Amino acid sequence: MYSEKVMDHFSNPRNVGEIENPSGVGTVGNAKCGDIMKIFLDIDNGVIRDVKFKTFGCGAAIATSSMATEMIKGKTLKEALKLTNKAVAEALDGLPEVKMHCSLLAEEAVKAAIEDYIAKNPDAPME
Amino acid sequence: MRKVYMDYAATTYVKPEVLSEMLPYYGSIYGNAHSVHSYGREAAKAMELARSRVANAIGALDREIFFTSGGTESDNWAIRGVVSASKKGKHIITSQIEHHAVLHTCEQLQKEGYEVTYLPVDEYGTVSLDALKAAIRPDTALISIMFANNEIGTIQPIAQIGKIAKENNIVFHTDAVQAIGHEPIDVNEMNIDLLSISAHKIHGPKGIGALYVRKGVRINNLMYGGAQERGKRPGTDNTPLAVGFGKAIELACTDLEARNMALTEKRYQILNGVMSRISNVRLNGHPINRLPGNLNFSFSFIEGEALLLSLDLKGIAASSGSACTSGSLDPSHVLLAIGLPHEVAHGSLRVTIGDDTTQEEIDYFLRELPPIIERLRAMSPLTVED
Ligand code: FES
Repeated sequence: MYSEKVMDHFSNPRNVGEIENPSGVGTVGNAKCGDIMKIFLDIDNGVIRDVKFKTFGCGAAIATSSMATEMIKGKTLKEALKLTNKAVAEALDGLPEVKMHCSLLAEEAVKAAIEDYIAKNPDAPME
Repeated sequence: MRKVYMDYAATTYVKPEVLSEMLPYYGSIYGNAHSVHSYGREAAKAMELARSRVANAIGALDREIFFTSGGTESDNWAIRGVVSASKKGKHIITSQIEHHAVLHTCEQLQKEGYEVTYLPVDEYGTVSLDALKAAIRPDTALISIMFANNEIGTIQPIAQIGKIAKENNIVFHTDAVQAIGHEPIDVNEMNIDLLSISAHKIHGPKGIGALYVRKGVRINNLMYGGAQERGKRPGTDNTPLAVGFGKAIELACTDLEARNMALTEKRYQILNGVMSRISNVRLNGHPINRLPGNLNFSFSFIEGEALLLSLDLKGIAASSGSACTSGSLDPSHVLLAIGLPHEVAHGSLRVTIGDDTTQEEIDYFLRELPPIIERLRAMSPLTVED
């Protein structure tokens, strides 16, 4: 039921782990199924230098977490805020319909982590 | 890659000796069992042998066995057929941990004006007899409680429930789809009035089951048509499937005790292996009173679908009560009913073994599982401290 890309990111997820003294952290729970994702960002001068994640969730949740972190690494905050769950799903060659809600977890966690950073650093550059 | 099947409660393969009895009925013996000519008579003879094999397995009369398309139809028919024919009233008693074929039928009947009491279960998944007694009303038309649970394996006190039903003059139905071939069943000793079973869980073909209906129990049809199954379940007899079911149930009820003991031994081996190798794990369901081949674990901090996918990558087939595998997004109603919090219910794994499960397969499973759990836990934001 999952694409090869999903299975690849599930079996070998990129950027798993935590960052010590992160610039921003976002934790979100999936309203639909109760699964949880946590994202750690290392931000320097408006650019995401490093990103790590931890996920309690299904195969799709783990794969989308992995893909989302790959997609925002090295990007400016402004660019990263434009990440959508659809774009993440597309980058994984699609997700089954019932699994689309899982990809929201990644989008929302990225946004929450950036917001956390902005709240702590209101005057920081966004790009 | 090595493949290990540990999902016997989902379905089983058709045994060669079952298939070989079925095949002639797809070939030369293709008559319609209701035709008068020799072709028909031969098919009819096979139907009757199959029927009596099913009847023997549960201590019923041949004429009390009605072939259906499977467990789901049997459950639907038993419940709707009995309550719609009942003169007692519109109240049904069932449990919170029934199969969806029972639960969803009851929910639909509620929309049609019936009242349903869903009995809670204790932490092991056992229905309380006192709660059952307390739920009985003058207008209770039916009690439907499953023999053994498909997810956590817990076996209900069926004989006692049957006794209570009889004392109160209430029709008693049990879904025995998981129990047949594992637990000895006698419909008279246990005071069972209706019983649902299915062939594919016991190495028979998919697409056939049966409903036992005690002589004298009033039941309406679900479908209308020809005179097959004594007019109660019309449709041309599916002779090859019935033959397969008959053979499968005969095999499944042979040497039951010895096979159960062997299976139970394997189950304990897996249980002890998992418990000694992995921390923060619990066994769901009753520790002793459970189906011999059923194990259901909850591993904290991880999610069931991710676990199933990881096992599948190693060739191991199991199942889970996790929301993420069901498409419904809610974790299993059974695991919630025994009191598991959502996140624990999410991390559940059902392992069901059978007579063919080998020592090698058990060793392989016990070797592959711990690193998978470790990897997923390392990825999880939840930890012991939380
Ligand atoms: S994240 Fe919960 S089902 Fe996928």
